[in-house]
Amino acid sequence: MATTPKIDPMLPQPFVVHEVSKETPDTFTLRLDPEDTIKASAFQPGQFSMLWVFGVGELPISISGDPALHDRLVYTVRSVGQATHSLVNQKAGSSVGVRGPFGSGWPVDAARGRDVVVVAGGIGLAPLRPVIYQVLQNRKDYGRLVILYGGRSPRDLLYRKELAKWARSPETQVLVTVDYGGLGWRGHVGVVTTLFKYSRLQPARSVAMVCGPEIMMRFVIRELEGHGLSRDDIYLSMERNMKCAVGFCGHCQYGPHFICKDGPVFRYEQVSLLLEKYEL
Amino acid sequence: METLERIIAEHPFFAGLDGGFTNLMVSCASNVRFQPGTYIFKEGDAANTFYLIRAGKVALEVRAPQHSPIIISTLEVGDILGWSWLLAPYQWKFHARAIDEVRAIALDGKCLRTKCEENHDLGYEVLKRFARIIEQRLDATRFQLLDVYAVKR
Repeated sequence: MATTPKIDPMLPQPFVVHEVSKETPDTFTLRLDPEDTIKASAFQPGQFSMLWVFGVGELPISISGDPALHDRLVYTVRSVGQATHSLVNQKAGSSVGVRGPFGSGWPVDAARGRDVVVVAGGIGLAPLRPVIYQVLQNRKDYGRLVILYGGRSPRDLLYRKELAKWARSPETQVLVTVDYGGLGWRGHVGVVTTLFKYSRLQPARSVAMVCGPEIMMRFVIRELEGHGLSRDDIYLSMERNMKCAVGFCGHCQYGPHFICKDGPVFRYEQVSLLLEKYEL
Repeated sequence: METLERIIAEHPFFAGLDGGFTNLMVSCASNVRFQPGTYIFKEGDAANTFYLIRAGKVALEVRAPQHSPIIISTLEVGDILGWSWLLAPYQWKFHARAIDEVRAIALDGKCLRTKCEENHDLGYEVLKRFARIIEQRLDATRFQLLDVYAVKR
C-alpha cells in the first residue's frame, strides 16, 4: 500500500547531502538527511522519491535504504545523464529537494510466513535492498530469503560487502553472477536466470520480487513460472519517465496504469499483457 | 559410500532413464578429479568425454587473438560439462578450466556414441537430454547477447 505524504506532494522538502559513496565506476549511493525543521517521511520498500537538483532538474529515484531508519533517505543512482551526474556530484552539506515517497511498495507484509525470492539485475538491486533489510530485521516472520543478483561484470556489482554479509545470515541464500567475467573472477558467470537451478526454490511457499531491465524481467518471469511459481506470487517494479509522481501529468502512463501512482511495483498478473507490447 | 550406479541413477540428467540404459552409462563412467587452475579440456582437442560435476566450479573460456581471455560461463555442482563429444567433428569449442578443485564423473563419449549407434532407443534418450541442456544454454546466450545492463545512450 502506498504511503501518502502528509505535505503538499508537489512541494520539494529541503534535505542535506550527508554522504555520497561510490558503489561502482558509474553508480553512487547518497544519504540525504532532512533539514532540522522537517522529518524524513516513512517509506515502504519499493517506493520512490522525486529528487530535485536545484538549477538542473528533478529525477525519480527509488529509495534503497533501510526503512527502519527514519532519520535519513538513501538512494543509489547511476550517473547516465546531466541530471544524475549533477546529483551524484553533490558535495556533503549541499541541499537537495525531495518529494515523496510515492507509489506502491513490495508486498513485504503479504510475504510474511513465506519464502522471499529477490531477483535483481544491475541497479535493480537498489529498490529491493529495503526488502532485504526488512526481512533480515524480522527474520522469524519470513521463511527462506533467496537473493539472485546479476550484473554486467564484477566491477558493476552493487553492495558487494553487504551481499557477503547477507550470505552469512540464517536461512539466506545469496547467488551472484555476472554476464562477463575476467580470468580473475572466481564467482559465477552467466545471466541471472542461470542461477535458478542452484536456488532450491519451493514454489508453493515463495513470493518473488523482481527488478531490473524489462527484458531481463521477462526472462526471469519465464524461469519463475517454469519453476512453478504462480503469477499471483510474482511482483515486478516497472520503470517509466515519472514527472509529477502523483498521476496528474500522464508521462508514465502504461496501458491503463500510471507507474508513479499505481506502481512502480505491480503484481505480474496486472501487467503481463502489457509486457508483450513493445510500443508502451 | 556412493557408488557410480547410485550417483548416475539419482542425477536429474538421467531421471527416467531405463535401468538397463543406466547400467550402460555406468559401464562408460569413471571418477575424476582436477586441481584448481588445470584445464579439463582445451579448444580444438578431441572431444571424447563429458562430465557430471560433483564438486567445484568450472570456467568455460574463450580466447581470441588481441583479446584478453574471457569466461563466458561457469558450471557448478549438478551441471553437465561438454556436448562436443556428441557431434562430429568431436572437437572442443572452448577451454574448460577448474576454478577450484573439481570432482566429477567422466563419461566416455566415444564408448557412448558406439552404444547409441547400436541402440537408437538409447541414442534418442541421450539426445533428448542433451537437447534440453543445449536449449537452456542457447536461451542464456541470447539473453547474454542483449547486454541488458549496459548504459543505452
